[in-house]
Amino acid sequence: MIAPKKPEIITFRIKRQDARDAQPYWEVFEVPYKPNLNVISCLQLIAENPVTREGRQSRPVVWDCSCLEEVCGACTMVINGRVRQSCSALVDQLLEEVGEGEITLEPMTKFPVVRDLWVDRQRMFDNLLRFKGWVPIDGTHDLGEGPKESPEEQELRYELSRCMTCGCCLEACPQFTLDNDFIGANTFGQVVYFNAHKTGRVLMNERLDALMEPGGIADCGNAQNCVKVCPKDVPLTIAIAKAGRQTTVHSIKRFFTGKR
Amino acid sequence: MAAEKPRALVVGGGLAGLAATIRIAETGTPVDLFSMVPVKRSHSVCAQGGINACNKVARQQGYSEWMHFDETLYGGDFLNHQPPVYDMAHWAPRIIDLLDRMGVPFNRTHEGERDLRMFGGSLFKRTHFAGATTGQQLLYALDEQVRRWEAEGLVRKFEFWEFLAPVLDDGGMCKGIIAQDMRTMEIRAFRGDATVLATGGNGLVYGKSTNSVICNGAAAIRAYAQGAWLGNPEFIQVHPTAIPGEDKCRLMSESARGEGGRVWVPRKKGDSRAPGDIPEGERSYFLEEKYPAYGNLVPRDIATREIFWKCLEGYGVAGGRMVYLDCTHLPDATKNKLAGIFEIYEKFTGDDPRKVAMKIFPAVHYTMGGLYTVYTPRSDYKGMEPGAPNNMMTNIPGLYAFGEVNYQYHGGTRLGANALLSCIFDGLFCGLSVANHIRDKAGKRAQELSAGLYEQGVRRQEDAVRQLIDAKGENNPYTIAREMGEVMTDRVTVVRDEEGLKLALNTIGSLRQRYQSMRISDTGTWTNQNLAFARALGDMLIYAEAIVIGATERRESRGSHFRSDHLERNDDKYLKTTIMKYDAANDRHTLEYEDVPTPLVKPRPRTYGKVEAA
Ligand SMILES: Cc1cc2nc3c(=O)[nH]c(=O)nc-3n(C[C@H](O)[C@H](O)[C@H](O)COP(=O)(O)OP(=O)(O)OC[C@H]3O[C@@H](n4cnc5c(N)ncnc54)[C@H](O)[C@@H]3O)c2cc1C
Ligand code: SF4
Ligand code: SF4
Ligand code: FES
Repeated sequence: MIAPKKPEIITFRIKRQDARDAQPYWEVFEVPYKPNLNVISCLQLIAENPVTREGRQSRPVVWDCSCLEEVCGACTMVINGRVRQSCSALVDQLLEEVGEGEITLEPMTKFPVVRDLWVDRQRMFDNLLRFKGWVPIDGTHDLGEGPKESPEEQELRYELSRCMTCGCCLEACPQFTLDNDFIGANTFGQVVYFNAHKTGRVLMNERLDALMEPGGIADCGNAQNCVKVCPKDVPLTIAIAKAGRQTTVHSIKRFFTGKR
Repeated sequence: MAAEKPRALVVGGGLAGLAATIRIAETGTPVDLFSMVPVKRSHSVCAQGGINACNKVARQQGYSEWMHFDETLYGGDFLNHQPPVYDMAHWAPRIIDLLDRMGVPFNRTHEGERDLRMFGGSLFKRTHFAGATTGQQLLYALDEQVRRWEAEGLVRKFEFWEFLAPVLDDGGMCKGIIAQDMRTMEIRAFRGDATVLATGGNGLVYGKSTNSVICNGAAAIRAYAQGAWLGNPEFIQVHPTAIPGEDKCRLMSESARGEGGRVWVPRKKGDSRAPGDIPEGERSYFLEEKYPAYGNLVPRDIATREIFWKCLEGYGVAGGRMVYLDCTHLPDATKNKLAGIFEIYEKFTGDDPRKVAMKIFPAVHYTMGGLYTVYTPRSDYKGMEPGAPNNMMTNIPGLYAFGEVNYQYHGGTRLGANALLSCIFDGLFCGLSVANHIRDKAGKRAQELSAGLYEQGVRRQEDAVRQLIDAKGENNPYTIAREMGEVMTDRVTVVRDEEGLKLALNTIGSLRQRYQSMRISDTGTWTNQNLAFARALGDMLIYAEAIVIGATERRESRGSHFRSDHLERNDDKYLKTTIMKYDAANDRHTLEYEDVPTPLVKPRPRTYGKVEAA
């Protein structure tokens, strides 16, 4: 336990917004220091007693969370200016980032705010629908085992499949904005994931057609900001490269065969 | 509108709800799917270990579906109904094959076969896994299949919608639900010719558990308040080693002890020195001292109880509720094997278990009890009649309970890696029953019922909301919830006795009183989480009461239910299902017992021999 001096009080500066179109504003809350707090446990303490530093009675901060163990993807926020999961953002580490200062919490900026720190990430789920993110099985009847797979193939698919639709990669991406149609890194990862499965591959052409539409892979500037912030280390570099290659091959094929 | 097809409603998008949605949609019946979170974020995502099924390799070594069936009953201390467990064990290999076809990245052997691992309660390798996140991988695979049905137009998703109540027609049959949009706060009725509740467990009743924060059990209680019965509510599984946190307890795998991790406390009460500063002689390795043969690898029940007792006696770390799980002495090679779970610990505590002893405590983990359900057994009791409309239906016709919210399958204790299986099995096997009920038994279509029935349901919920918002009392819902969690954890988890249970019942009673004069700090009409929490708290308090009453009346020890004042299992009196009924108008619970038939396997003593030590 490396223990630098801890403050008695932790200060949170939180960006609030009462409704979708409302003006955002800031509020400051104080929470007594304890070891091993994370951002969500502090938000819970604030919810129990939502009084600002100035002593004004406020309302509990609204945020999105579920698993509290960094696997469901719900609790993404911008903390001290960096996008990440709030359930695994430990106060002790955040304090090292800010020194004596305040910890700031803001909603993601690339998605519409619902309220306070809760944003609407429906766009990510819609993309999964658009890119046919599934393996087209015949049905649930007993038809024996799935295709065999080498441990190496499994490993890549497993790593891609850990994507928890948190949106960190999109928040960090210079190409992805609130109002454009760029698809973003996580969906590139999912396309490669489904194309890597022997049955999933059946829909590969349709997925690649969609990747060639506006907002598709061609718009990726390859800045790799996405890779740096992904909390699950999803191999996005590999995914983007593969998606690019698959699309190139696909478009050449299309050119020569004239078939879609 | 009259031409619209009859539809099914599924509440809950964990493994059970998604599997049910897939199976029902496959029959051509449209499904409306409700969840408080996007279904991909349901609690099932947390499961790490794996999913059990008899497989090719284990079979050649002498394992069989029958043995899986028998282990599940033995683990459950024979309180499980046997025909559904029989089916579950026999369907398991087919379920794994199906998941495999859906693309679940199960770990592979060199030859490309699905790899297997050992798990508690069995001598055979029969657990399939996908890295350290099996639940996540299974959930995603089912989510993807549901998305496909969504694309085909057979499934409509209502995510961020909270189920508030079932709607029952004049004959008491379930014909829809009332739900609320958690963002706009709109309350709406949904018509449906059958409803499946697949709303998971109730860990939040205990304050902190290994569960997700949405696992509050409120949905089950909302059905209970409308006349659905509870089965075995007193059976709650506690896992011996979790990482206590301010917000939740995160599971710490048993493999730490399997590899040589040692559990200890300071000999001096309230010792606040860092663990590394406490010399060997001043440590008590209490499991090793008390159980020289098994040491730290005593069965789960025993480990859990011993740790709990030590802390109640005041020997916990710094006098609190934690003991040390020490891996610092292990050789580097062994530490590397544990890297995966060490990472979890380090991520959430900031401490490196290679250098500092971990601090762990037992945590509430799984809800064996839940909504009471029935089924049609086959004539030889080997399984259920496939497609029988009442399979896993509650006592309310047309209302089903699947997955963790269903009291079936696990009896007095659940075996590791059997829950994921039971959830998917419920959905796939009994989904057909739902479709058949709609086709053959549902009577008048929900679409043809009078609007008044639904409007009345909406109004009742709107009134309840207004009451909560207008309340000008002095009590804080979060404080009440914390006190509820504390008393439930103190008195109604690992070790129970008459006196403690009485105290718990009184405390819950007074908390319910305080609940009547509450004040919530957010009275707005947009995305009001404060309101939703306060409302669910009312339901959790009722659930807590049912658990305590069930635990009080069961004067024996069986499975996870350990009574220090009644140490023996008593089959004559208690080889019975606890059935609880609730009269909401008079706020009265009543308890009855129903015999558990044992047509296939006769109960035998559950000795904690070496089989259990795995
Ligand atoms: C940490 C951990 C590890 C585990 N590991 C394993 C393992 O290795 N193997 C194993 O077999 N089991 C394991 N389990 C148990 C297993 O994960 C669960 O029993 C199982 O996932 C429950 O699935 P479910 O579909 O019943 O419910 P859940 O996955 O809990 O889903 C419940 C759904 O209901 C919805 N819901 C709830 N209330 C409402 C409401 N009022 N209105 C609308 N929607 C609602 C939620 O939004 C959610 O979609 C583990 C459990 C934990 C806690
Ligand atoms: S590489 Fe750059 S442009 Fe492409 S998805 Fe990642 S961050 Fe966005
Ligand atoms: S790729 Fe990584 S950052 Fe992007 S959504 Fe998935 S898990 Fe989150
Ligand atoms: S709450 Fe699930 S990732 Fe943080």
